[in-house]
Amino acid sequence: MGRRRRPRGVKGTVTAPIETTGAAAEAQPEAVLQGVESKKIEGRSLGQIAWLRFRRDKVAVAGAIVVILLILIAALSRPVQSWLGLDPNSPNQDLIDPNTTLPKGDLGGMSLDHPLGVDPKFGRDLLARVLEGSWVSLIVAFGATLLSVAIGTVLGVVAGFYRGRVDALISRLMDVFLAFPLLLFAIAISASLQGGAFGLEGLPLHISVLIFVIGFFNWPYMGRIVRAQTLSLREREFVDAARGMGARGPFILFRELLPNLVGPIIVYSTLLIPSNILFEAALSFLGVGIQPPQASWGGMLNQAVKFYEVDPQYMLVPGLAIFVTVLAFNLLGDGLRDALDPRSSR
Amino acid sequence: MTETEETGVAAGTTDGTDASADAAPLLKVRGLVRHFPITKGLLKRQVGAVQAVDGIDFDVRPGETLGVVGESGCGKSTMGRLITRLDEPTGGSIEFEGRDITHLSPGRLRPMRRDVQMIFQDPYGSLNPRHTIGGIVGTPFRLQGVEPEGGVKKEVQRLLELVGLSPEHYNRYPHEFSGGQRQRIGIARALALKPKLVVADEPVSALDVSIQAQVVNLMDDLQDELGLTYVIIAHDLSVIRHVSDRIAVMYLGKIVELADRKSLYEAPMHPYTKALLSAVPVPDPKRRTQRDRILLTGDVPSPIDPPSGCRFRTRCWKATEVCSTTEPPLVALRGGHKVACHHPENAPESVGAGTPGTAGSGG
Ligand SMILES: Nc1ncnc2c1ncn2[C@@H]1O[C@H](COP(=O)(O)OP(=O)(O)OP(=O)(O)O)[C@@H](O)[C@H]1O
Ligand code: SF4
Ligand SMILES: [Mg+2]
Repeated sequence: MGRRRRPRGVKGTVTAPIETTGAAAEAQPEAVLQGVESKKIEGRSLGQIAWLRFRRDKVAVAGAIVVILLILIAALSRPVQSWLGLDPNSPNQDLIDPNTTLPKGDLGGMSLDHPLGVDPKFGRDLLARVLEGSWVSLIVAFGATLLSVAIGTVLGVVAGFYRGRVDALISRLMDVFLAFPLLLFAIAISASLQGGAFGLEGLPLHISVLIFVIGFFNWPYMGRIVRAQTLSLREREFVDAARGMGARGPFILFRELLPNLVGPIIVYSTLLIPSNILFEAALSFLGVGIQPPQASWGGMLNQAVKFYEVDPQYMLVPGLAIFVTVLAFNLLGDGLRDALDPRSSR
Repeated sequence: MTETEETGVAAGTTDGTDASADAAPLLKVRGLVRHFPITKGLLKRQVGAVQAVDGIDFDVRPGETLGVVGESGCGKSTMGRLITRLDEPTGGSIEFEGRDITHLSPGRLRPMRRDVQMIFQDPYGSLNPRHTIGGIVGTPFRLQGVEPEGGVKKEVQRLLELVGLSPEHYNRYPHEFSGGQRQRIGIARALALKPKLVVADEPVSALDVSIQAQVVNLMDDLQDELGLTYVIIAHDLSVIRHVSDRIAVMYLGKIVELADRKSLYEAPMHPYTKALLSAVPVPDPKRRTQRDRILLTGDVPSPIDPPSGCRFRTRCWKATEVCSTTEPPLVALRGGHKVACHHPENAPESVGAGTPGTAGSGG
């Protein structure tokens, strides 16, 4: 890789003594041409090289493993609950001290039956609730990310590729969205749709509203990144080369530009997921996201703060779940970025 | 560096020029202008223009190599992009094989694209990093709907061999190659559709000095083999010296001198050309002393607001009053040697453009 960076425009200056490394690097591949080549080397795509680089990044690999586990847990959350005989919503009043409404016993009522304890007041199993919350969290985060990536990519590419008025319009639109008091809007929209809308109600409605609110207002971040990448890519000479051979807009867009945008899009989607998880938790915490009794990490936190002095262990469960998830996605995203675009890492 | 540096060969450079000048030019450029507007404010009000190319005339004859030299920013690349119609001129006309292509739409240009190809400066930027070499060199066939004999893959492998690469490189990616090899790939791509005219924009200036000659020689060999016509752009006279038949010297959007290679190197007429030539390193130390190195003082003026009259006058040691008031036209002096200067060097006394007593006094 050392020979990638070379000053452009060797203006005939005599720099022989310090050219040795460059010349050696040049000479070696040129020598391949002379038939010295013995082993047949398969071409490695940039994707394969990124994978090799990623594999060496232990922290990122750990993040990836945790992310995969989390996705498995979320996807299998319901089957696992029924297999373990857990129910996130069944109250166990016998485990609650009627005077304090706190779980009986130490550590928030931890026992073999309830390894993470139970919640105050109702005595519901926390393991079941945190498992139940995992799929809600991830489905909202993935759905919202998908939505903002879709909108952001399409509008970003269009703005960057066509420039001019289209770009001015889309860029202003992004500014407007970014200036939008998102939280207030989210609270208002969630509150007004509580009863039911679009033929949906209850949990499906809450999830859809969250996906829409988070996804629809987060797209400008993606849009800006994609726009900037497109703007710089379209100035590269390979685009001119394609045009010089008679390529038109769609060919340039889909065959020349898009393959180069996949990397950044993957990286920034991965980095968008944790922020969307936090957003979902925040909205549910504020009581405008997922509604009780449905378990969600934000909702659990909301409840737990009321007891944090007397039952701190309750807060720890959803708190750690959010923390680990967000951290794992961030580590994975950073690792992907370093692997796909080594220049941005320092 | 085989040319002799004898002076006094002012005559005898006409041979060769007249015969080829009779043939219909492959490319005919007249009054070519490209101004990039500078806009300001929300309403995009135009407040000025970068006069990147400002009225140039030249022909490219079939089978020849026209070298174009000039300092950075003088509009060489812009000119290259105009004649390959990657960019649209603001004024003037471009004729390719007698057909006016100045303002053709992308759709109408498509068939012409086969015949005119470009080799780019940046060997790292001109190949899409996500495509294999086979895909890159095969793209012209796909885009132009051409099915070569024996299939695209076979033809691409033949092209790779033609430019000195191994056909086995077909499935490799650009990042696996050195700068010189990448430039060979760019050449293979440019030659895929058997073009008539190839415009090469500083094809070797991003390469190691040791590789430069290899690539230039390859281009030269391919020209003989395939009967190509070249326009080769360079920022100094050393690179194109051996391969050019004629050379155009550009300064700030204008052609200031256009002549046969021999005539230009042996008896440059424009002071700017003389200065450029004096900067070309002379390998023979004995001869180095014979030629004074002319160091140009001052910066290149801005193409947004070029000097009045002769654009070179702010840096010219021969400038007089007339140079600031009247723009010197590009006129043919002896033997078809064209120069745009009121006081040309190496010129007979009679052609001092009405200012006697100044010609030949410099240097
Ligand atoms: N797209 C553009 N928009 C505005 N100005 C431009 C554009 N392209 C080129 N220019 C300007 O036009 C002038 C000529 O540029 P050009 O790239 O043709 O020069 P060049 O002779 O090729 O220089 P170099 O040796 O650096 O490649 C420069 O001042 C440049 O800033
Ligand atoms: S016209 Fe005058 S200023 Fe311009 S190059 Fe000739 S002598 Fe110099
Ligand atoms: Mg240039």
